[in-house]
Amino acid sequence: MDSDGSDHLKESPTPRYFGREKSRTRSDKAFSGSVVVAALSSLFILVAILFYLATSSWPALRKEGLSFITGSTWIGGLDDPSQQVFQIWPMLYGSFLNALLAIIFAVPISVLLAIFIVFIAPKKIARALTIVVDVLAAIPSGIIGIWGFLVFTPVAEGWARLIHQYLGSIPIFVNNQDQFTRSPFITAWVLGIMIVPIITVVAREVLAQTPQDLLDAARGLGGSLWGTVRMVALPHARGGIVGGVMLGLGRALGETVAIYFVLNLIFERVNYYRILDPEGGSVASMIIAKFGEATPEEIQALLGAGLVLFLLTLVVNLIANWIVARSARERLV
Amino acid sequence: MNIKNVRVPSSPQDVHPNKPGDANVHLETQNLHVWFGKRLILEKVNLAFPENSVTALIGPSGCGKSTFIRVLNRMHEFIPGAALAGRVLYDGQDIYDAAVDPVNIRTKVGMVFQKPNPFPTMSIRDNVLSGLKLAQMTYENSEEIVRTCLERASLWNEVKDRLDASASSLSGGQQQRLCIARSLAVSPKVLLMDEPCSALDPGSTRRIEDTIREISSDMTVVIVTHNMAQAQRVSDYTAFFLSEDGAPAQVVENAKTEEIFKKPKDSRTNDYVNGLFG
Repeated sequence: MDSDGSDHLKESPTPRYFGREKSRTRSDKAFSGSVVVAALSSLFILVAILFYLATSSWPALRKEGLSFITGSTWIGGLDDPSQQVFQIWPMLYGSFLNALLAIIFAVPISVLLAIFIVFIAPKKIARALTIVVDVLAAIPSGIIGIWGFLVFTPVAEGWARLIHQYLGSIPIFVNNQDQFTRSPFITAWVLGIMIVPIITVVAREVLAQTPQDLLDAARGLGGSLWGTVRMVALPHARGGIVGGVMLGLGRALGETVAIYFVLNLIFERVNYYRILDPEGGSVASMIIAKFGEATPEEIQALLGAGLVLFLLTLVVNLIANWIVARSARERLV
Repeated sequence: MNIKNVRVPSSPQDVHPNKPGDANVHLETQNLHVWFGKRLILEKVNLAFPENSVTALIGPSGCGKSTFIRVLNRMHEFIPGAALAGRVLYDGQDIYDAAVDPVNIRTKVGMVFQKPNPFPTMSIRDNVLSGLKLAQMTYENSEEIVRTCLERASLWNEVKDRLDASASSLSGGQQQRLCIARSLAVSPKVLLMDEPCSALDPGSTRRIEDTIREISSDMTVVIVTHNMAQAQRVSDYTAFFLSEDGAPAQVVENAKTEEIFKKPKDSRTNDYVNGLFG
C-alpha cells in the first residue's frame, strides 16, 4: 500500500488471464496424463502412416513425376524394372466419379428420410427408423459388396437397361457393349447405400435442432408442413447437411472392398462419363486388386496411390469439419 | 396429431355468460376444456372476442392463458398429449371440425410470440413476406406489402434503408415489431399476442402498445399480459383467468377493461388487479 494510498489508482492495471485449471492431486495428474497420451497417439498414428507412405512410395513417385496422377498407363510385372510404368489417372478419376454419383443418389434419399424421421413419423416409427439407419451404417463393407454383387447387381442391371433403352441418346447413358453389370452406375448405388446412413444421421441431428420458436413462427403464420421444412428447417440445417455430405464423400472415396466386388476395373483407359458401361476405376480397389502379384516397384507405386487417396480424403474431411463448425457458429448468432 | 375433440354437452345458460355487449364477434369459445395428457388445464371457458377490439387476458403465471390462446389458432395440437373439448368458433364455424384445414385457420388467426422470433437466415424484407410464402398465398406488389406492414408495425422509418439486412441485426424491440409486421402481411382477422412485450424495454413496449391500438382499428386482438398497466392502456375488454389450489383454471370475470379494474364484481379479481396476489 502506498503512503497516501492513492498511487495505485494512477497505474493502469495489468490484466491477469486465466489458463486451464492445473491438476493437483495424483489421480488427477494421472488422468490428465492419459488423456494427453491418447490425444497425441491419434496424431502420431496419422503422421506415422503419412511418413511411411511418403518414404516408401518416393522412388516410384520421383520416377513418374506428375504423370503419376495424370497418366493412364500401368505396366508392371516385368523382369526389367526400367520398363515399368505406373500411372493412376483412370483410377483417380474413377474414384471421383463413383463418389460423385453416390452422393447424387444418396443425398435426396438421406435428406427426405431425415425429414420424415424428424417432422413426420410418429415417435415409435421414428425411433425404429433411427435404429435401422444406425444398423445399416454398421454393416461391414465386405458384406455390402457380396450383397451388391449377388443380389443388387441383377436388379440394378434391369434399371440400367431401362435407362439405356429410353434415355440412351443422352451421352452419359450410352452403352455399346450390351453388358450392363459392373458399371459405375451400379457401383455408385452400392456406395450410395453405404453413405445414406452417414448423411441421414447428420441431417437428422441438425434438423432436430431447428429452434422451436422458429417452427412455431412458421406454423403460426399458416405455414404448411412442406413450407415450414423448406423455408425454416432446411435453411437452418443447410451447413450441417453439407458437412454430412462431405463425410459421406470421404467414405465413398475411400471405399475398397465393396467396389472391388461390383466394378470392372479398367486400368489403362478412362471412362469419363458413360456410367452404364462396364468400365470404371477406384484407387482403393486397385490397391487390393494389384497387391497380391505386385513387383517391388509396383508396390511402391501402389503405396503412392494410397498416399494420394489418403491426402484426398484428408482434405475432404477437413473441408467437412470446417463447414460443420461454421454452420454451428451461424446457429449461435 | 394427438388432438382429441370430445364434445361436452353444455347447458344453455353456460354458453354465453361472458359475451360482452352486442358487438360483432369473429371468434369465440364455447364450454372449452383443455388437457395436457390426463391433466385438465382449463375448464368451461366461454369467451367471445368482439370485432376490432383488444381483449387482454390476465391472471397469475401458469393459469393457462398462453395455452388458451394457442387453442384459438390450433397451435395447441403441436404439443404431444394435447387434447380439448368444447368448441372454438371462427365466424360461426368450429375450427376443430374435421373439415377445417388448420393451416387455413392460422392465416386468419395470426400469432405473435413472447420471444421475438424473426427468421434469422432471412432479410428484413423476406421476413415480412415469409408468411405469404409459407402459406403459399399469391401476391403482387411485394414492395407495397413490405412498406405497409412495416409502417403499421411502426418499424418502417428505422429499417427502410436496410430492408436487405439480416433480421438478426435488429434490436429485440425491432425484432418483435418485425414479427408483428410479418403477421400483418397475411391479413389475419384476429391477432393473438402472447406477452409480446415481456422481453422488451419500456420504450419498445410503448411503441408496440401504440401499434396494437393502431391495428385494432380493423383487427381483433387478443393479448396475454402480466402487466396490469399494459392491460389498462391497450385493451377494451379484460378476462381474468385463475386456477385455485391446483384446480383447472377458469375465467373468473370478463368485462370491459374499465369495469375489471375500477369496479370488479368478484373479490378475487379485485385482489388480483390491486396486486394482493399473483
